[in-house]
Amino acid sequence: MSDSSHRPKAAKVVIALLFAACAIGFLIDFLFLSPSFDKHAVFEWENWPGFYAVFGFVACVLLVLVAKYVLRPLVMRDEDYYE
Amino acid sequence: MSNAIPPQFIFLLGGLLIPLFRGWVRTAYMLFLPVLAFYNYLLLEEGTYWTATVLGFDLIFGRVDRLSLIFLNVFIVITFIGIIYNSHVRSRLEHFSAFLYSGSALGVILAGDLITFFVFWELLTVGASFLLLVRKTAESLGAAVRYTLVHVLGGLVLLAGIILHIQQTGSTGFGQIGLNGLPSYLIFFGFGLNCAWPLLHSWLTDTYPESTVGGIVFMATFTTKTAIYALLRGFPGEPSLVWIGTAMATFPIFYAVIENDLRRVLAYSLINQVGFMVVGIGIGTGLAMNGSAAHVYSDILFKGLLFMAVGAVLYRTGKTKATELGGLFRSMPFTGICCIVGAASISAFPLFSGFASKSIIMSAAAEGHFTIIWLLLLFASAGVFHHAGIKIPFFAFFSHDSGIRVKEAPWNMRIAMGLAALACIAIGTFPHQTIYPLLPFEAPVYEPYTFAHVMAQSLLLIFSALAFTLLLLGGIYPSEIRSVNIDSDWLYRRGGRYFYRIFDRSLNGINAMAHKTFVAGLTGALAGFATAGPARLANLLLGGYWILTGKNAHQRDRLRTAVRINLEKGALPLGLAALVAVVILGMLFFI
Repeated sequence: MSDSSHRPKAAKVVIALLFAACAIGFLIDFLFLSPSFDKHAVFEWENWPGFYAVFGFVACVLLVLVAKYVLRPLVMRDEDYYE
Repeated sequence: MSNAIPPQFIFLLGGLLIPLFRGWVRTAYMLFLPVLAFYNYLLLEEGTYWTATVLGFDLIFGRVDRLSLIFLNVFIVITFIGIIYNSHVRSRLEHFSAFLYSGSALGVILAGDLITFFVFWELLTVGASFLLLVRKTAESLGAAVRYTLVHVLGGLVLLAGIILHIQQTGSTGFGQIGLNGLPSYLIFFGFGLNCAWPLLHSWLTDTYPESTVGGIVFMATFTTKTAIYALLRGFPGEPSLVWIGTAMATFPIFYAVIENDLRRVLAYSLINQVGFMVVGIGIGTGLAMNGSAAHVYSDILFKGLLFMAVGAVLYRTGKTKATELGGLFRSMPFTGICCIVGAASISAFPLFSGFASKSIIMSAAAEGHFTIIWLLLLFASAGVFHHAGIKIPFFAFFSHDSGIRVKEAPWNMRIAMGLAALACIAIGTFPHQTIYPLLPFEAPVYEPYTFAHVMAQSLLLIFSALAFTLLLLGGIYPSEIRSVNIDSDWLYRRGGRYFYRIFDRSLNGINAMAHKTFVAGLTGALAGFATAGPARLANLLLGGYWILTGKNAHQRDRLRTAVRINLEKGALPLGLAALVAVVILGMLFFI
């Protein structure tokens, strides 16, 4: 999967589109909304530029790292463990 | 209106007639039942109907209010879709079980008293166990047994709570119970077990993935959602539910990331979604509980859709494990698209159903200033996109090409998935025209489509997707491994074995020791004493007498042998017996 020359064209397009969407979304949030726009926010941090973007990214990285390096060593057993 | 036919009996009695029909007539008949039920649902007006008095108890089979109506609506809709999806199945027992299961769920929703409620609640377990049994594999048989045992335990606790509650309050009515005293805690536990609370949850992730291709659509709907209904009815605003729900929403996503069986991934995400509903009940405001009810509606459809899509893959390929699948989009594009719609809905993408329902709960948590809860739920929202939104479609339909080439799902499955997908989009895009008018509690109208909200949710999700992509490209994403991940079902699957072993060693050890001491040792000694004792005693006493009467050693030995044999056999000359008796009586006299 990490060898980009074998990745199909469609996958490259999807990845490129995702990068573009992230960039555009982040820009909109940063430039247009944050300073003046009323977000009806309840919590203060909702007004921080890029809060949701950073939160989403960090949350998922944490989730995967904890699942892989903490939970899996604790709970993983052979497939026939219960047989 | 009371001249409606009770919908639960349409399913329960109608289901009994299924074996009379065959082929397309049977399919038509089975589709007619939910249509008839829905027609009668439309006839219903708020009120209390269909009561009976049995053994002095008033049984209410039709408590109709806005809360029961929204559950009736979605239960009948998913039954209709599930029957279309499952209509290729020949097993009459499977179809009957599905109707038994959904009819019991309608019975729970319509029950106005605790006795009726309990009877239908237990019938749910029967229906679900049948649906597990009909797959007829060793795994599903084991799962059915474990499912039944766990739910019988929960049912007994609930029954104890209900009996105590009725005794305490003098009323069988099922309304708000609230946590106060033992009966209410027992009832709370009984509801919680079916709701798959943390540590009580493993019956769900253990058994659902063993059910049939179509049966899981029903299973994913009825047991947990009737529990949500029961909590909404009995424990609205119970503060502990906020934390229980948050735990449910967060811990399963870690399991879902490393789980290999895609149906089990969905089972974990089912707990995660039910967690959001439980939080809403715990917050207890009209807005929050409306959010729970709305999320029940959308979750039943999108989770049903995801299970149907993965089920179609299972039906065509015989596989559900991420390690064995991949690259199916070319073979099953329609199923793939439906799976993506379900994934977008569970992830709460704008325009998809989760966005219209889950946001209400998030908003209510923010308004109630549940700061930590809100942050954890936001984490869970990002996580659910990660494991259910991306992982399910990615590993089944894209990822590495498994080389499997199959036909697209059968037409009936495509119709069912298409209907569910359309419903997900309709609810997400037009919530004010679809589910919002059905919401049961008094609350200001919620508007999900503000620019800021759409932006916030979109940013959260696309950056989650970015994290997934970068972790995958960087080789950090945990590779799928054929494995079992132990969870709290360990307690009765392996723990039971240890329990057995401990008691085997200790109790059987005591048993062996008791045998050695009492049966082999003491009894033998007693028996030996009883046979040889009198002879020894007699010889002891007679020995002196024989010496006095001048018998020589040889004669004494002969006499001693004769006395021993006679005494052991109980064959004494009368005189000797009288002598022994006199000697013993004499001893007794002196003692």
